[in-house]
Amino acid sequence: MRNRKLAVLVPILVAAPLLASCTENAKSDDGDPRSIQVISTDDGCEVSKVEAPAGTLTFDVTNAGKQVTEFYLLAEDGLRIVGEVENIGANLDSRLTVAVPEGHYITACKPGMKGDGIRADFAVSASDEKVEVSGDEQAMIDTATTNYLAYVQDQTDQLLTKTTEFVDLYKAGKDDEARALYADARMHWERIEPVAESFGTLDPKMDLREADVAEGDEWTGWHRIEKDLWPAEAKGYRAMTPQQRAVYADDLLKNTKILDKKVDGDLRFTIDGIANGASGLLEEVAAGKVTGEEEFWSHTDLWDFQANVDGARVAFEGVKPVLETKDAALAKTLTDRFADLQKLLDAQKTADGFTYYDELTQPEIKALKDAVDALAEPLSKLTGTLLSRS
Amino acid sequence: MRQPAVSRRALLTGGAAVVGVAGGFAAASALESDDAATTGPAAYAFRGAHQAGIVTPAQDRLHFAAFDVTTDSRDELIALLTAWTEAAERMTAGGSAGPIGPTQGDADLPPDDTGEAIGLPASRLTITFGLGPTLFRDAAGKDRFGIADRRPAPLEPLPHFPADALDPERTGGDLCIQACADDPQVAVHAIRNLARIGFGTVSVRWSQLGFGRTSSTSTSQETPRNLFGFKDGTANLKAEEEAALTDHLWVGERDPGADWLAGGSYLVARRINMRIETWDRQSLSDQQDFIGRTKESGAPLSGGEEFSDPDFAMPGRGGPIIPTDAHVRVVHPDQNDGVRILRRGYNFVDGSDDLGGLNAGLFFIAFVRDPAEQFIPMQTRMAKSDALMEYLKFTGSALFAVPPGIGPGEYVGQALFT
Repeated sequence: MRNRKLAVLVPILVAAPLLASCTENAKSDDGDPRSIQVISTDDGCEVSKVEAPAGTLTFDVTNAGKQVTEFYLLAEDGLRIVGEVENIGANLDSRLTVAVPEGHYITACKPGMKGDGIRADFAVSASDEKVEVSGDEQAMIDTATTNYLAYVQDQTDQLLTKTTEFVDLYKAGKDDEARALYADARMHWERIEPVAESFGTLDPKMDLREADVAEGDEWTGWHRIEKDLWPAEAKGYRAMTPQQRAVYADDLLKNTKILDKKVDGDLRFTIDGIANGASGLLEEVAAGKVTGEEEFWSHTDLWDFQANVDGARVAFEGVKPVLETKDAALAKTLTDRFADLQKLLDAQKTADGFTYYDELTQPEIKALKDAVDALAEPLSKLTGTLLSRS
Repeated sequence: MRQPAVSRRALLTGGAAVVGVAGGFAAASALESDDAATTGPAAYAFRGAHQAGIVTPAQDRLHFAAFDVTTDSRDELIALLTAWTEAAERMTAGGSAGPIGPTQGDADLPPDDTGEAIGLPASRLTITFGLGPTLFRDAAGKDRFGIADRRPAPLEPLPHFPADALDPERTGGDLCIQACADDPQVAVHAIRNLARIGFGTVSVRWSQLGFGRTSSTSTSQETPRNLFGFKDGTANLKAEEEAALTDHLWVGERDPGADWLAGGSYLVARRINMRIETWDRQSLSDQQDFIGRTKESGAPLSGGEEFSDPDFAMPGRGGPIIPTDAHVRVVHPDQNDGVRILRRGYNFVDGSDDLGGLNAGLFFIAFVRDPAEQFIPMQTRMAKSDALMEYLKFTGSALFAVPPGIGPGEYVGQALFT
């Protein structure tokens, strides 16, 4: 699934959490002292108030100019970003919601996204509304991102080890042993798939399903080999020659090495990237695993299912300390729903791994799907909640 | 005992085609007020230069059916097309399917109209016929009707596209009928009666109900929303753009198969299931990035109003403000050598699937002058680079040639058999 924000090759700087969304709600002041209208033009930045009481402030930003604009609330030093909204097209609106404690601030519109922007002072006075600014938050974020990077690197290391072993068995014609290793090796891939997806072309080269191959394009990767190892259901399938096997096996190993190298390189994660990755993994489950479409020939979908859930849970647990400061109830719901889903997966564990998808009953599949929905729905709120300041 | 044919409509508030006489059925007042609320005639002419149901302002409801021809007899096929033409002409004018009527015939015989449209107005019903590639040569390669050499080259089964998970029982067909109306009962009545007339000559291969139009085919119509909640197809071909229709919609005098197809078009049908539950879990900003438009007004992310031209070059943070994989960019004429199509699709919900997910999406219908030049490259591009593909699954597919309009005394497709 889509994970636009997962891998970000910039220094870990997530000091500006925000909750920004494009809105086109009617802009009425309603006399709310914490509601501020901003009109950004190509050469102006009209802010409806110059002061507000401390608390959760809402800036409704309208772009009345011709260029794309941005709006920032900066700390007194004019450097630290307290909140921002980006990418506001001409004649469009956006909203910045940000919790602001008492102090002196600077507002800035940035038409054309260049320069320092059109700035003005903005004062926030003391009020009854408490605004928590946790000095620990950045430390928690740093820990989460560092740990997640280590997890990803560990998984790609193991993936490389097992893939090397797998392609050797496959090339040597040791099909039983290759089949036995297939699903196990792929689990390391499935745990971190959103990371691989963020490297553009690697994912389709390594993990494309036959149904998704365009006419005229070559089909490579894990599932190409899967079909060759489990040809029983493929009508009229012609087994690969040892030479053909070597081509596909070497290609898979080569791409696995590229992935491993990229992950060991200059890779940084943001906390929202990690959270999006967790949601993305659950969507993978919902789209391909719970329906048995991923492992069309081997029916080892539950291995992938478990691995996606593992990856999502690790990502969630990494950011959980931050989440608990923002929304403890959501943290608890997610913890419980991960446990509920795991219980269903545990019930399908066998000596070799898991029940094959084609041996699951319809009620079992339905129960798994319901548990995925029950988890994925609150999980989709994770990123927005982590980024919120209120 | 026979009584005179009675129009099933009590009132005809205007329109180009009128048959029968006002009978004893009271028209539902709600429908009358609907008619009054929208401009345009209450019924559309069935005969003309082009078949109705293409540039006709898109009605709200659809029943679409594909048929397999079960006979090898050319005469029987022609007899069916003739009977269908006559019945369609009656029904689109608000009359009954058969010449007698739902309650006017011999009490010892089943009526020649099934009756569920008694009292309902024409509801702007249009009935559009199409011919599939397998009519010209069947799956076994047989030329059953002596028309194989008349098949225009573009009338080929569509290729396999990525994300195609086609159900053979929702794919292909020798013939198709698109029935569109403002009232679903009227559209269903049309298909039901035409299928009945065809028993013994054709069998229904598949059919699809659509409950809400997703396109506007006239500048007089608002762009409606699809089940993702977005306006899509804003750049659709519109009835008022005559030059563009000649370039992009109607088969021309020098196009393949022009001897019988000039003035016609091609109909591409694609049943597109949406991964509704997954989509609903995407953040608003991601949804807008996938589409390339704002959800509320439908304005491109580069700004303006719904009908503002998207500015694909406008920079944003981290790339163009309309992302490179945004749907509006991938299918926009500017990105497709200026190619335009006439979209006329419908939202559908066929209940829930066996896992409790909504079995729903878009029944995509497009009319094009040449599918090989217009639809296939666009679909290929979309499959390769459209962000929406993550949320789509293609479960049905078909292509039909749509013969030109039917002249007085003719049957649909007549030029193909003469």
